[in-house]
Amino acid sequence: MSRKQKKMLVRIIVAAVIFAGGLFVPQAEQFTLLWFVRLGVFLAAYFTAGWDILWKAVRNIAHGQVFDENFLMTIASIGAMIIGEYSDGVAVIIFYQVGELLQSVAVGKSRKSISDMMDINPEYATVERNGEEIEVEPDEVAVGETVVIKPGERIPLDGEVIFGSSRLNVAALTGESAPRDVTVGDEVISGCLNTDGLLKIRVTKPYSDSTVAKILELVENSSENKAKTEGFITRFARVYTPIVVAAAAMLAVIPSIITGNWGDWVYRALTFLVVSCPCALVISVPLSYFGGIGGASRHGIMIKGSNYLETLANAKTFVFDKTGTLTKGSFAVTETVPKGITESELLAFCASAEQNSNHPIAVSVVKAARAAGDIPKAENAREIAGFGIEVTVNGKKVAVGNVRLMNKLGIEISDTAAAGTVVHCAVDGIYRGYILVSDEIKEQSKSAIAELKTLGAEKCVMLTGDRKITADAVANTIGLDEVRSQLLPDGKVSALEEIYSAKPPKTTLAYVGDGMNDAPSLARADVGIAMGGLGSDAAIEAADIVLMNDNIENLPLAVRIAKKTHRIVTENIVFALGVKIAVLALAAFGLGNMWLAVFADVGVSVIAILNAMRCMRIKNN
Amino acid sequence: MKKSFKMIDLDCANCAAKMETAIKKIDGVKNASVSFMTQKMTIEADDDRFDEIVKEAVKVCKKVEPDCEIVIK
Repeated sequence: MSRKQKKMLVRIIVAAVIFAGGLFVPQAEQFTLLWFVRLGVFLAAYFTAGWDILWKAVRNIAHGQVFDENFLMTIASIGAMIIGEYSDGVAVIIFYQVGELLQSVAVGKSRKSISDMMDINPEYATVERNGEEIEVEPDEVAVGETVVIKPGERIPLDGEVIFGSSRLNVAALTGESAPRDVTVGDEVISGCLNTDGLLKIRVTKPYSDSTVAKILELVENSSENKAKTEGFITRFARVYTPIVVAAAAMLAVIPSIITGNWGDWVYRALTFLVVSCPCALVISVPLSYFGGIGGASRHGIMIKGSNYLETLANAKTFVFDKTGTLTKGSFAVTETVPKGITESELLAFCASAEQNSNHPIAVSVVKAARAAGDIPKAENAREIAGFGIEVTVNGKKVAVGNVRLMNKLGIEISDTAAAGTVVHCAVDGIYRGYILVSDEIKEQSKSAIAELKTLGAEKCVMLTGDRKITADAVANTIGLDEVRSQLLPDGKVSALEEIYSAKPPKTTLAYVGDGMNDAPSLARADVGIAMGGLGSDAAIEAADIVLMNDNIENLPLAVRIAKKTHRIVTENIVFALGVKIAVLALAAFGLGNMWLAVFADVGVSVIAILNAMRCMRIKNN
Repeated sequence: MKKSFKMIDLDCANCAAKMETAIKKIDGVKNASVSFMTQKMTIEADDDRFDEIVKEAVKVCKKVEPDCEIVIK
C-alpha cells in the first residue's frame, strides 16, 4: 500500500469506529439533547470518512463536471441525512471509501505485476572508455563501443560478443525457458539476462534501434490501440450516469406528488444515485485487456493493442505463409535428376546461376554444388521474379527456374511427381534435368493447427509459391483445409483478398507469416501475426502481434489468451450491468436499501477487478 | 509529433476516459490517449503548436481531476 492508501485506511477505521459508536446512541425526539449527540457523532464519522469527497464534489462542480462520482455520492449521502436516515448516509460514504481503497490497491497491484512482467529495460550499461569501466545510461553508448556485462545483468544493447562465453536467459523476451549459449563471435540481443560468465560485447546498434527499445515501444504504445469493447464501455459510461440520475430525479418527484410520501420515494431515488457510477465497468474492461497483453508477453507474444486481442478472439479464418511459418525454411537438395549430363554438371549449372541469390532454395542448391565440386562463374545474369534466372556460363545460355520458366522458353520437361520444390535447368535451349529441394515441416505445425481447430478456427489456408504437388503434400500432412499454390510473390495479397471476401460475416481473418516478405499481407489481414520476431525488426514493425520465438504453438496460445480475455471482459460486463440493473429494480420497488446498493456498487467493482486479473494467468498446455 | 507523458495520481478510470475525450477536442490534436493502466497520456498533434497544445491538455486534465499531475519533461 502506498502512503496515500495507508492514510485512507486509517481514516476509514477511525470513521468506522465513530460510526459504530453512533449506532449505540438511541434514537430520540428531534432537537432534544440526545438527538443532537447522535447527529454530532454521525456527522463526525461522516466528515472523517468523506471530507475529501465533499471537497472534490464542490470543486468539480465549479469546473463543470456535473455527473462526477464524488458529486453523486455527496448528493446521495447528504440526501439520506436530510430525510433522517443518518446511519445510511454515513454508511454509504464509508463503504464507498472502502471500495475505492480496495480498487486502488487491486489495480495498483495488478499494474505493478504486469509492468514487472514486461520489465526488460536495462537500467544502465557498463562501458569501457579509456581503459576504465563506467556506468552510463544505455542511450549514451555509441555503436562500436565495448560494453561489459557481468553475470546477473541484462544486456543493454544489441551487439557481438568479443570476449567470454556465457548462457543467456531469454525468457523475458520469448517465454522460452531454455538458456542460449553464446560465445565470441555470436550476436546477442538486448533484454536478455546474462546468467553465467562475464561477457564483453561490441555494440552494433544504438539503443533507440536495439531490440529492447523496439519491444518496449511496442508494449508502451499498446494501450493506445483500444478494443471496440473498451470504446463501447466508455461511450456507455457517458450516457449511463445521466440516465440513472434522470431516472432518480423522476422517481423522487413523480410518485411523491401522487402518493404524498416524499421520504420513501426520495430514499429510493438516492439509492439510484449510489449505483449510478459505472466504475466497475470502466476499470475492469481495460484492466482485463491489459492483463491479457501482459500475460501474453510473458510467453513471448507481443500484442500491439487490445483491439488486436479482440480481433484475434473472433478469428475463424487463418491464412498461413508456408516457408518459415509452417515449415522450417531450411531447404536441402534431396534429389538430382540429370538428363544427358552428369549429376555434378547439373548441380554446377544450377548453382552458378543461383550463386548470387539469397533465396533459401538457391542457397541450398549452391551448398550442395559446392560439396560436389567447383561452381563456374556466371555472366549476364537476368533474374525474372517468380520464374527463375537466365545466365551465360562459359558461353552457354543457362536457364534455371520453375516450370513456368521452362514453359515460357518453350522447353519440354520431364514429369516430376515428387513433393518438393523443383528447380529445372536448360542449357542452350535443351532440357538438362531438375533438382529437387525440400523444406522440412516444423514438428509443432500439425498439433498447432489441430489446436486452432478445437479453438474454433473454421478454415486454415496456406499460401505458397510452391508447386501444387509440394504444397498439397505439406497441407495434407499438417491438416490444412485449403491451399493456394504456385502464387507469384505479388499474388499472395490477391489470394488473401479472395479468401477475405469468402470468410463468414462477423468473423475476422488472421494472417500468419514470418514478416520477411509479406508485409502487405500482414497489413491487409484483420490481424497480422509475425513469427520469429526476435532479431527481426521488420516483423516487429509490420505485424500487429509478434511471436518472438519461432514456435508455432504460440499461435494457438495467443488465440487462447485472446479468447479468455474476451470471455472475462464479457463476464464482467454482464455481471456488473446485471447486478446494477437488479439493484435499480429492487430499489425502484422499495425492496433494496442504500446499504445493499453501496455493497453492490463496490462489491461488483472489486469482483470485476479480481476477475480481470485472471487474464494474466495463462497455463501452458 | 507524438509524445507521451507520465501521469501521477490518476486515480479513476472514468476520469481517464473523460480526459481523453476532452483532449481529443482540442484544436490541432490528431489523436490522444489517456491510459489508466499505464498512467500515461499520449498526444499526437501539429508540430508548430505542440507545446501550446500540451499546456491546453494539462489544463483540461486538471479540470477533470485536479489531483492528477502530469509530468512534462
